[in-house]
Amino acid sequence: MLAVGLNHYLILSAILFCLGLFSVVTKKNAVTVLMGVELILNAANINFIAFAKYVDNDLDGQMIALFVIVTAAAAAAVALAIVLNIYQRLKSINLDEADSLAG
Amino acid sequence: MNITLFDTIFYLLAFLTLGSAAIMVFSKNVIYSAVGLLFTFFGVAGIYVLLAADFVAVVQVLVYVGGILILLLFGVMLSNKITNIEITTETLHFLPASLVVIGIFVVLYRVFITTDWNPVGSYNFDPTTHEIGTLLMTDYLIPFEIASILLLGALIGAAYIARKD
Amino acid sequence: MILPILNSEITFLQFLPFDLPEPLISIIFLLIGASIIAVVASVLALVGVYLERKISAHMQDRLGPMEVGPHGIAQTFADAIKLLIKEDIVPQDADKLLHFIAPVMVFAATLAAFAVLPFSKTLVVSDLNIGLLYIIAISSFVVIGAILAGWASNNKWSLLGGMRSAAQIVSFEIPASLAVLSVIMIVGSMNLGDIVEYQKGGFFNWIIFKYFPFNFIAFIIYFIASLAEVNRAPFDLPEAESELIAGFHTEYSGMKWAMFFLAEYANMFLVGVVASTLFLGGWSSPFGDFLNSGPFPVFWIFIKSFSLIFVQIWIRWTLPRVRVDQLMYVSWKVLTPFAFVAILGVGIWMVL
Repeated sequence: MLAVGLNHYLILSAILFCLGLFSVVTKKNAVTVLMGVELILNAANINFIAFAKYVDNDLDGQMIALFVIVTAAAAAAVALAIVLNIYQRLKSINLDEADSLAG
Repeated sequence: MNITLFDTIFYLLAFLTLGSAAIMVFSKNVIYSAVGLLFTFFGVAGIYVLLAADFVAVVQVLVYVGGILILLLFGVMLSNKITNIEITTETLHFLPASLVVIGIFVVLYRVFITTDWNPVGSYNFDPTTHEIGTLLMTDYLIPFEIASILLLGALIGAAYIARKD
Repeated sequence: MILPILNSEITFLQFLPFDLPEPLISIIFLLIGASIIAVVASVLALVGVYLERKISAHMQDRLGPMEVGPHGIAQTFADAIKLLIKEDIVPQDADKLLHFIAPVMVFAATLAAFAVLPFSKTLVVSDLNIGLLYIIAISSFVVIGAILAGWASNNKWSLLGGMRSAAQIVSFEIPASLAVLSVIMIVGSMNLGDIVEYQKGGFFNWIIFKYFPFNFIAFIIYFIASLAEVNRAPFDLPEAESELIAGFHTEYSGMKWAMFFLAEYANMFLVGVVASTLFLGGWSSPFGDFLNSGPFPVFWIFIKSFSLIFVQIWIRWTLPRVRVDQLMYVSWKVLTPFAFVAILGVGIWMVL
């Protein structure tokens, strides 16, 4: 049980995923929500690479992880630009105040 | 009981990753969250090294710490009145969110434990950089090109959205 | 090859009369290696400080420190002891924890980068196969440390200095990485040892003279960008003393300030070694096999990197500081396009 195998990595990533999800659901601040999204992406990447190592034994999982990192970078840049724009308009980045389209 | 160095390093890294992720999630101060996230990224990079993914580990540090985290810190500092050192965030729906998240974790745990993943593969620490380079130019050429277009689009889009109009 | 220490037989520490568990022995081994790096880097930084004071003094027709030891050679060690026993002042409204973490992070990141530098064929702490990428990646901790130091001090000058430092390093990382890319293309490896092996056999084999003038341009770009990355004049805007007092380390004193200071000079040495390894043949002798064994590789790498440090100091005491807009202009409109030209030129030449 103590010797590290595939399950250890999977459970680690599951905990990381749950922490990220919790952050996304509960936080008011948009930047903290974005941090939660990054945690979720990291958890997924750990799974990809662990499966590539233990089940496939090739590099496909690592390639997917690389593309996930690239996409995360693009997403973070655009999301922060949106956050700055919201801040300029509303003087606040609390997500529950950015509801001007809500009825 | 025989704990090898490999296992010791795994548990240390797992502790670092999860501990700093917990600081990130439960801290009221956004800057503390960012610092927690920094050590989480670092711990995850260490986990990648243990999984024989050296190139991905370095790219993880390069992109997440050198790029995304700096963007996040700039985002925090440009979107608050930073003359006051307290940059806090509030939480809402604490109890229902905890229940849902714990439920999801239990489901994931059951799936991971009960499924037989048929692990194969011997443990080797071959450098992966050369093969990743070859794969990027052969099997993954179209995703690679699409990723570069995506990055260009993100660059232009972010600059367009964030400018003062 | 990724974790050589994990796989290697560790016979070290076997002479102890009692048995330690295997993980503990390996961890002790790692800690000893880390402390050696820390001591070497700190001593090199102190030597750098002494050289800076002496060279700047002679350039301005002064003598510089003369009191402690012959020609003031022990002055920096005296300064180090003074800083160690100085009172550590933390501003009342500062964030105590981050105020402490920031200098540690900057210093640790600099030391971590030293682990992959090759000082001779065998004298390298960790012969990482992606050493070059590792150095670029681990340097980003310096940026985070600077921002955190600026923010934790709760002082607007510090915050401005930290933000300037971050913006500057992030901008200049791009031309620096692009300039390095042409070397990686030529050698086909990111291992610093392999890059030196490729350039062995005399100075005409150095990468700076290959595919002339493209690699020469790449070297100049890397040198300018590295000046900006270590916050040296004429790019020392983050600590511009006439506008920002001292930038992100305004509120630091004693040992924490010494950490920033040592990290800056250790970083100077780091970029000197990296530039000479990539473009000037690293530890290999400039005259083929002449004087290329025994302790001489270490001698050559030190000669080369200290020559580059001399140029850095020379530039600092000669040129005035640039403005922020000029800084960004240099990075984005001059260095980056020319770095692309260098890559394109080397690539086309290699195919032809």
